[in-house]
Amino acid sequence: MTDDTPRTTVRMTVNGEDVETTFGTHKTLLEVLREELGLTGTKHGCELGECGACAVEVDGKPILSCLLMAAECDGAKVETVEGLMDDARLHPLQEAFADLGAAQCGYCTPGFLMTAKSLLDANPKATRAEVKEALSGCLCRCTGYQQIFDAVLSAADKMGRA
Amino acid sequence: MNPTNWNRDPKNSVGKPRRRVDARARVTGQVRFADDLSLPRMLHCRLVRSHVPHAKILGIDASKALARKGVKLVLTGEHFPIAYGVLPVSHDEHPLCNDKVRFVGDPVAAVIATTEEEAIDAANDVVVHYESLTTIATPQEALATPEPRIHTYGDSGNVHKKVHFEFGDVDASFAGAAHVFDDTFFYEGNTHLPIEEHASLAIQDPEGKLCIWSSTQTPHYLHKALAKALAMDPAHIRVIATPNGGGFGGKSDPFNHEIVVAKAALMLGRPVKICLTRLEVFYCHRGRHPIEMRMRTATDKDGNVLALDLQTLLDGGSYGSYGVASTFYSGALQTVTYTIPRYRFRGCRAFTNKPPCGPKRGHGTPQPRFAQEVQLDRIAVKLGKNPAALRLQQLAQPGSLTANFMRIGTIGLGACIDKVVEGSRFRERWGKLPFGRGLGLACSSYLCGAGLAINWAELPHSGVQLRLDRSGEVTAFCGATEIGQGSDDVLANIVAEILGIPPFDVRVVTGDTGLTPVDLGSYSSRVTLMMGNAAIQAAERARDLIAKSAGEKLGVPASRLVFANKRVFDAQDPNVGMTWLEALHRAESDHGTLGTVGSYRPAAPAAKYKGGGVGPSPTYSYSAAVIETQVDPDTGWIHVEHVWVAHDIGRSLNPTLVEGQVIGSVYMGLGEALMEEQVFRRLPPRLSNALVHKIPSILEYKSLTSKDMPDVTTYLIEDPDSAGPFGAKEVGQGPLLPMMPALANSVFDAVGVRVDEIPVTPEKVIRALEAKSKRYGPDEFPTVDWPEPLKVAPPWEGGDGTAQNEKPRKSKIAKDGTRIVTP
Repeated sequence: MTDDTPRTTVRMTVNGEDVETTFGTHKTLLEVLREELGLTGTKHGCELGECGACAVEVDGKPILSCLLMAAECDGAKVETVEGLMDDARLHPLQEAFADLGAAQCGYCTPGFLMTAKSLLDANPKATRAEVKEALSGCLCRCTGYQQIFDAVLSAADKMGRA
Repeated sequence: MNPTNWNRDPKNSVGKPRRRVDARARVTGQVRFADDLSLPRMLHCRLVRSHVPHAKILGIDASKALARKGVKLVLTGEHFPIAYGVLPVSHDEHPLCNDKVRFVGDPVAAVIATTEEEAIDAANDVVVHYESLTTIATPQEALATPEPRIHTYGDSGNVHKKVHFEFGDVDASFAGAAHVFDDTFFYEGNTHLPIEEHASLAIQDPEGKLCIWSSTQTPHYLHKALAKALAMDPAHIRVIATPNGGGFGGKSDPFNHEIVVAKAALMLGRPVKICLTRLEVFYCHRGRHPIEMRMRTATDKDGNVLALDLQTLLDGGSYGSYGVASTFYSGALQTVTYTIPRYRFRGCRAFTNKPPCGPKRGHGTPQPRFAQEVQLDRIAVKLGKNPAALRLQQLAQPGSLTANFMRIGTIGLGACIDKVVEGSRFRERWGKLPFGRGLGLACSSYLCGAGLAINWAELPHSGVQLRLDRSGEVTAFCGATEIGQGSDDVLANIVAEILGIPPFDVRVVTGDTGLTPVDLGSYSSRVTLMMGNAAIQAAERARDLIAKSAGEKLGVPASRLVFANKRVFDAQDPNVGMTWLEALHRAESDHGTLGTVGSYRPAAPAAKYKGGGVGPSPTYSYSAAVIETQVDPDTGWIHVEHVWVAHDIGRSLNPTLVEGQVIGSVYMGLGEALMEEQVFRRLPPRLSNALVHKIPSILEYKSLTSKDMPDVTTYLIEDPDSAGPFGAKEVGQGPLLPMMPALANSVFDAVGVRVDEIPVTPEKVIRALEAKSKRYGPDEFPTVDWPEPLKVAPPWEGGDGTAQNEKPRKSKIAKDGTRIVTP
């Protein structure tokens, strides 16, 4: 980026807080989150929308942040893994991922968590098949997915009972 | 105290399923991977990579790049005259190419600029003039084209390495055999595809020394490579391995980009960072070698193996990497699963103008394992035996030496086979399912760490240091690298078990050459066993110090004290005791500041012949699997219905993590079996005729998604092996190995065709169904001019592990303490 790079300013709500940020207009939401706002919990694995590591929630829907221009996000409500905890308490999905071995290296985990959160918010009684379908855009090379399915279903169960 | 009893009888955290100690960081996005790091005044690096596969570099014009405002530095091969590499026998890489390029993707220059965008634009402005050389695309071409040589070292022409071993009179066994089976196979290459792209950040620290954070599985080898390539005192280099976002072997080599950012940081006095793009990760590769194989097996009338004769031809790509070891590994472990009285192995690795191949999960062993297990299936079918029974009748024996002098520990393979056979009802259902549905069985074995280190120094392979704080917290330091597999949890768990405290009371500091004792790295499935044994030693030394002080105060012999539940107490009267904290304070008062160390070095291998250093391990893990598939005979589509897998783990230190490793291995193995391939295509001559990656994107490099993954039933076989910590063996790699042959065998059971190639794709199934032979695979093994064999008599024929016809070898100690042995 040089001095004459076009720049854009947007106002967003990120994890419940109002944010105003100015950045090179070419930047994706992923880049703005990581590089401008310091929210490095959201990961990148391809920056082409192929791996799902960068999934965040935008206005309640799971979105691949590497495919969304940040300039389009003015007024958006963005949720990232950093906002998943309720104060210092882990979200039930986080508890279940931790307890059941659903995070090995942890690199794809934020994308899985945010995608699973969107699923359960919309469909609290998701079946195993629905979980598989909803997570099919996120790749994990470590776990073989089984412990991730178990964790999402276990969290759904706990959230339903809470 | 008898350490065996402690080892054999965990009472605290070991063996209990539980969240890993670093789980919270992993589910909150707080693990700091290399690219998550940034520092004030940080510069960004971009490599200029060759777009031609084989050429002399005539000149590099960086003037336009240097004229850009944000560009601080352009580096080229001139800045890096010293070669490096991971194996002492193949220091054949330069951080930036010196005189020629050897594959599309070879780095020739590096641009360092104030922003990543500026570095990318400037890199595009660097003009490199090349003089094209003949491109060598395949090992067959390499054998037929000795000139031009891709490297000026190696056995001859474009042959990197040839090996030939004969353990007993194999031809005599074949001559007297009731049956001879002779098959050829091909296993396509594939790549690791960690979701984290490699990244590194280097600084000149405030004292003027080098510090680098990098996504590496082997900080110790990177440390050595940096010292050599930069001609620096290693005491002034600190390598911090950041947690890896998946490794699978792909981050085991010291990489050019790591050395480049280190050099740039030292020249500019500013932090310099690089993060590779996904495209670059595909070209970095170091993944599974494509291997052509011919396997001949002689059996008696009951199908018992009398002799095995294996030939392998490896496509090494353009550099050595771990390739010499890979070549040996393509033949080293054929003998450890079943009794093989005589064995001949011939292996050849050729250089080609493609990204270098190296170690991927299973390193060199999945390919011949595929051949061996598919051929056993053929033997069973031919002789009318159940494939499980055929294997069970000739299992290798625990505690024995194999024909090639691998020393076997415990063997849980029989129990593994029994479990998967029972779970899948293999005996009742194999060969009897309706057309289109099939079951396949396969087994495997893997190392628990290499018995001989890459650098033959008589030094520990792993060290652990403990600091016992007055607060009750214990800090464990070890050079081991967390790549997601859970090695930090293994370390905390073992220390906690022995000291009777919760694993979450142990702080773990790992993978930092500036703080932690050397561990050779996260590869060869070595960490649990080697670091684990070092941790036991360190923790037992701490326990003994504390027990002495506590015992004196309590009036109880130290040997009778139990450490559990944050207490130290008398085994005979648990009420007689004190808190962990009190015991700790007593010990500190008696002995002064508390700290201990432990280390581990495997026993000397039984194999003493040249090349016998690859394959020995303190013990071996075993796995068995049955896969059930539904195969559509019209489309060839293979749907995996279920996988039953059993793994001989010795002992599960944390079953949650062990099971995760097993299922993850099943996943990665199925990917290799069905779809993953790292293949190349030639551009048309007008576009340089280059060999480029056919599909360098995650979308097109097919891997299993959540929808493709079948349900997996896992069985853990626990028969503690005295070589392992609390009896534990490896689990990260072994369970991957049976997947590919079990899948191919299930396709045969389903539709009656043999696909003798990995991956087994629908197209190959259809072609096999259409073929008169009902087979798809290579027709013949390429002709290789093999050297004379090294003849080693098997143990039961009077052999002592040395070769009968070997010339004496010279050994010398290098400056850094490495023992170098040359023929």
